[in-house]
Amino acid sequence: MTESATTTTTHLMTINMGPQHPSTHGVLRLLLELDGEMITKAVPHVGFLHRGVEKLAEYRTYHQCIPLTDRLDYVAPFSNNLAYALTVEKLLGIEIPERAQHIRVLLCELTRITSHLLWLATHALDIGAMTVFFYCFREREAIYDIFELVSGARMHLSYIRVGGVARDIPGGFLEKIRTFVSEFPSRINEYETLLTDNPIWKKRTVGVGIISAEDAIDFGLSGPSLRGSGVNWDIRKSEPYSGYDKYNFAVPLGKNGDVYDRYRVRIEEMHQSNRIVHQALNILPKGDCIASIPNVTLPSKEDVETKMESMISHFKLITDGIHPPKGEVYTSIEAPKGELGFYLVSDGSSRPYRLKIRPPSFVNLEALPKMVEGRLLSDVVATIGSLDIVLGEIDR
Amino acid sequence: MDNEAIATCVKTRFPEEIGDARIFRNELTLMVKKEYVADVARFLKENKELEFDFLSDLCGVDRIATDDVFEVVYHFYSIQKNHRVRIKALVPAIEPSIPTVTDVWKTANWHERETYDMFGIMFVGHPDLRKILTPDDFEGHPLRKDYPLDGRQPAKLRDIYRKGEA
Amino acid sequence: MGLESHLGDNILTTTLTTMVNWARKSSLWPMPFGLACCAIEMMAAVAPRYDLARFGAEVFRFSPRQSDLMIVAGTLTYKMASVARKIYDQMPEPKWVIAMGACAISGGVYNTYSVVQGLDEVMPVDVYLPGCPPRPEALIHAIMEIQKKIEKESL
Repeated sequence: MTESATTTTTHLMTINMGPQHPSTHGVLRLLLELDGEMITKAVPHVGFLHRGVEKLAEYRTYHQCIPLTDRLDYVAPFSNNLAYALTVEKLLGIEIPERAQHIRVLLCELTRITSHLLWLATHALDIGAMTVFFYCFREREAIYDIFELVSGARMHLSYIRVGGVARDIPGGFLEKIRTFVSEFPSRINEYETLLTDNPIWKKRTVGVGIISAEDAIDFGLSGPSLRGSGVNWDIRKSEPYSGYDKYNFAVPLGKNGDVYDRYRVRIEEMHQSNRIVHQALNILPKGDCIASIPNVTLPSKEDVETKMESMISHFKLITDGIHPPKGEVYTSIEAPKGELGFYLVSDGSSRPYRLKIRPPSFVNLEALPKMVEGRLLSDVVATIGSLDIVLGEIDR
Repeated sequence: MDNEAIATCVKTRFPEEIGDARIFRNELTLMVKKEYVADVARFLKENKELEFDFLSDLCGVDRIATDDVFEVVYHFYSIQKNHRVRIKALVPAIEPSIPTVTDVWKTANWHERETYDMFGIMFVGHPDLRKILTPDDFEGHPLRKDYPLDGRQPAKLRDIYRKGEA
Repeated sequence: MGLESHLGDNILTTTLTTMVNWARKSSLWPMPFGLACCAIEMMAAVAPRYDLARFGAEVFRFSPRQSDLMIVAGTLTYKMASVARKIYDQMPEPKWVIAMGACAISGGVYNTYSVVQGLDEVMPVDVYLPGCPPRPEALIHAIMEIQKKIEKESL
């Protein structure tokens, strides 16, 4: 052997992951600088799904923005609808009926379950556990049936209106949910038998992608990603909206801030959401499902057909929309992925002057380099999965 | 702390730098002179009574048509104390710039990059001020009001990618 | 009757074209180009309830070199356009493309500065699948349309 062949040289290698890669959960691109198999630098590139939603919203009436919000975090459309509707309602300063609030909570928690199920399905698939994917999609279809029953759509419900919900719940709806909530806890246990004590799963997740509580706050993490590090902050508890203070549920916390803890937190959150749905079913009051406020909510069909003023009001609301007062509000809710905020600036016209969306995934992803630098390449996949990002809301 | 107490607390420390305080729908907005944004932000974070440890959001608003300025809006939250505040700074429309808050909160990094991308506001002292959402060769700042909704795309993609195809 | 009467019951005769097309349509290997919401429904189509395997098209390959059907599911932006075309170019012939969802067809609601107004600006499209997002059944229908198209192709 010649001398040059025996001496080894080391140099850093840059590889490109994405934007078309199965485990980037969409169109995320990562530039990874590697020393052997160890990552020395990770740079995320986003914007491959930038659709200009914030600009588009300035050209839509307040109600026309609701379908746009569906498509932000397309895994949890109902949460987006809710956050937006709450923002507009705060701007208008209106109250919504009890029944509507309960229906909102009910569907919101079911949405959280679908979102976490999709996270679990893809996260496990990324790490190599395929069966979980099939199990999770089985339950997702059950919830999609419920969504379809109430709104006519499987994914993008657009069921919320400013002032309440679009229409009352159909017959057979509550029974369907009741069947689901009674079965679901045993299904979660089924997933857990596959993963929680599985040595391969633990090897891939325990001690991987660690972030401390201080760093997590500094990086603006929220939702399960923050609670995995042991920070007790859930907007449903700290700033209750839609009557969340009436429900009895726990906020699960992690300890080490690694991928495994975030996994445990989300699994437990599914149990808690199931509890909330159960309570909402039992205390669902009778009454209206949308407030009756002139120039904000549509008059009833009966009135439109019989009264001239109602017909004019209906016509004006459809063509021109709501005119909220001049001002600005910021509302945030605990979406499945973290703090989802809407900052709305109104100039008194029928269209938002500025609609800023504070997407949890955008901020959570920012902490990714901190979590993976100094670790192995294969940990990147596990860490991205544990952050539960959705590119629709990152890029908007 | 309630809104009035927060406003008083900040105003006592920064009598000159803070403009008027407004409360709308139970939300407190403080106007800050743009040069002092980073100082005020640091104070909000480090003061033991306020303890705004969490930067919720940072964004821009185009007010060129009415006031010839951009607004840079910060939303702070305190996980410890469970209260919120909104800070707003006005930035002139010509060569807009404002000090960065990335050394106070790391999360400000991407927020500021996005605001730069969407409005063209420079954040002085930002470690890596690049575009984030739009492509590298994108010209203009789409969220400015004078930017058209359907954009200014120069060439038809069909001519680039499908040349010679039927 | 002709040759087949001499060959007995165990042998069929057909044309080479029919055989090749039959093989191609019965085992489509899709390349899931999941961009947005539609990708979730695409996943649902593979999952137990809709079970795309019944139509021989469940082998999702994330490498374009191993695939012959590109399903573009979601909003295509200008930033992503060159990537989409590159992946299309990397797929070996013969290949087919489904534009899944309103955004891939025409940009959908996103008539904005950053969204490509139709996938066919970038690559030839065989089947346009409307919906926002289309249901999994609709995706299965689109794949069946592709299969019908393959049947009629010449070698």
